[in-house]
Amino acid sequence: MKKIIATQSNLSVMLIFIAVVLSAPLWLTPIGANYPDLLQKFAIFGIFAIGFNILFGLTGYLSFGHAVFLGIGSYAAVWSFKLLTMNVVPAIIFGIVLSGLFAAVIGFISLRRSGIYFSILTLAFAQMSYNLAYSVLTPITNGETGLQLRIHDPRVLDAAAAEQSGIPSTTLFGLSMSGYSGFYFCAVVLILAFYVSLKIFRSPFGLKLQAIKSNQTRMKYTGFNTRPYLLTAFIISGMYAGLAGALMAVTDPLAGAERMQWTASGEVVLMTILGGAGTLIGPLLGVGIIKYFENIFSALNEDALHTIFNFLPEFLENFLVLITHPFVGEGWHLTLGALFMIIVIFLPGGVMEGINRVSNFVKGKYFSDDSGPDSKAESRLQPGDAGGE
Amino acid sequence: MDQIQKPKADYSLAMQGESEMENNSVLEITDVNKNFGGLRALADVNLSIEEGKIHAIIGPNGAGKSTLLNVCIGRLAPDTGSVTFGGKNMVGLQPHEINHAGMVRVFQTPEIFPDLTLLQNVMIPALAKRDGMFCFNAFKDMRDQKDIQDEADHALEDVGLIKFRNNMAATISRGDKRRLELAMGLIQHPKLLLLDEPTAGMARHDTNRTIELLQKIKERGMTKVIIEHDMHVVFSLADHISVLAQGEIIVSGAPDEIRGNPIVKEAYLGGEEL
Repeated sequence: MKKIIATQSNLSVMLIFIAVVLSAPLWLTPIGANYPDLLQKFAIFGIFAIGFNILFGLTGYLSFGHAVFLGIGSYAAVWSFKLLTMNVVPAIIFGIVLSGLFAAVIGFISLRRSGIYFSILTLAFAQMSYNLAYSVLTPITNGETGLQLRIHDPRVLDAAAAEQSGIPSTTLFGLSMSGYSGFYFCAVVLILAFYVSLKIFRSPFGLKLQAIKSNQTRMKYTGFNTRPYLLTAFIISGMYAGLAGALMAVTDPLAGAERMQWTASGEVVLMTILGGAGTLIGPLLGVGIIKYFENIFSALNEDALHTIFNFLPEFLENFLVLITHPFVGEGWHLTLGALFMIIVIFLPGGVMEGINRVSNFVKGKYFSDDSGPDSKAESRLQPGDAGGE
Repeated sequence: MDQIQKPKADYSLAMQGESEMENNSVLEITDVNKNFGGLRALADVNLSIEEGKIHAIIGPNGAGKSTLLNVCIGRLAPDTGSVTFGGKNMVGLQPHEINHAGMVRVFQTPEIFPDLTLLQNVMIPALAKRDGMFCFNAFKDMRDQKDIQDEADHALEDVGLIKFRNNMAATISRGDKRRLELAMGLIQHPKLLLLDEPTAGMARHDTNRTIELLQKIKERGMTKVIIEHDMHVVFSLADHISVLAQGEIIVSGAPDEIRGNPIVKEAYLGGEEL
């Protein structure tokens, strides 16, 4: 599919993407994932993963602390809601700018090393920020409780509306950001984010990043100063994470330190690898799979299973429920873990590699001379493909 | 090896010959020393590379040939001495700065981008030439870079790899990879191209193809330094040969002088007839 996409023009890719995203509430209905909260999560984590993929997928530098930018984006957005206005535009701008600044500092230091040492440095920064947010920085982050909106927040730009009772909700110039309007707002941002990522992937800059991933030493002897390239990619992906964090605050205006925890950083790594690092669509598929499991699979309990297998004879029904029970509900992590292992072992390029193989197989069967010799070099990402030199 | 004495007379003669030409030399290596622990890899090496010529450096294994190239390209810093290229001191510069000064190296084990297509492999150095050390052109489209693409196609055609242009570089043979790397060096039109054993590990017909290719580009007047084991290659290409043994340049001269020189035969070729 990457190959298929690679031959399409930007316009047609974007048109298909826009159609798919905006119609998501329709085609997600049959699998029960069409409620706005989950759709928003798909879109927000989609942005997070797209941004992460610009760093990890293109340069091969595996950041294990990307959630720190998610947290910073959220805090910045909530502060914007508290101090300035409930309008989401300034909140998002603050989220992006502030996380970009932090990314510049963290990236500048972490990028002095490559491979596993880079990952450890980013992880250290993330854990440091997480613990700071919990303890020392309580005046800014409100510690364990998390940063929340209050009725008496200044909101200097919303002076007129300050009289109303209760905590106001986030708006886009008056349009409330809850329910489906919240999702469509996130969807539009996702589309823009995807477009920027598409442009980067297809630009000379993107090609240079891929070359750094492929052979950084060669890149230096070819006349490129690789450090600024890596730093730029790091900052861009940090800003994406900040954007995602700000959107989280837009849909639910509170920010807690746990958003920065290493499990959150690990989740985006899982999403990207599961879907296919270095591909345009892969990270989004990874997000879809993981968030679906987290929200839908985890809600299946024994009763729900009995309903599903109701059509079978009773002993078969009981037997199947017995077998599948540990894999759903509380045990959804087990299914996800198994799925992740299967994909990494058999399809190191993630779900996208599976799709490519199928499409190549189909092509090979029906248009036998169409799949040129280049189709076999498709599996680019190897499991140990984490670092630079 | 013990009986190799540094032939003072021959050496200074060669140096004199070179100093006459000094004003059009591109690369000046002066009194370069490099030690690895107790091992003396380079001992007072003086070398002057003339513009537009092919200069071969030969010598037995461990003579310090690759160390010398590494010093030139900034991979290793010399303990003492200086490397001057185009009038500028190269010691202490970053590899990418040396590249932009106009000195490009082709490695012995092919250093290519295995995960990119051949075309992309050659486009990268062309982009380096055009964009400089850093350029944030994230909103241009690679498919609109027609000039770079044409240039890259041309370079691939030069080395006879155009038929593989859309294949992944990891999938081609070793000999082809080396030719690919040569194309990557040539596309930058360097003032000086350093070739580290361009034919090592190649089959005979591949070697001959590479010689033809190098002869073809010799006519374009690019200065080249070649490190080589294969005497066939050296004598069919080089204008000037320096012989390196145990970190020292023992003889330097035109191919005919080297061919007949008994010290070279003794030191390097073990008396084998050339």
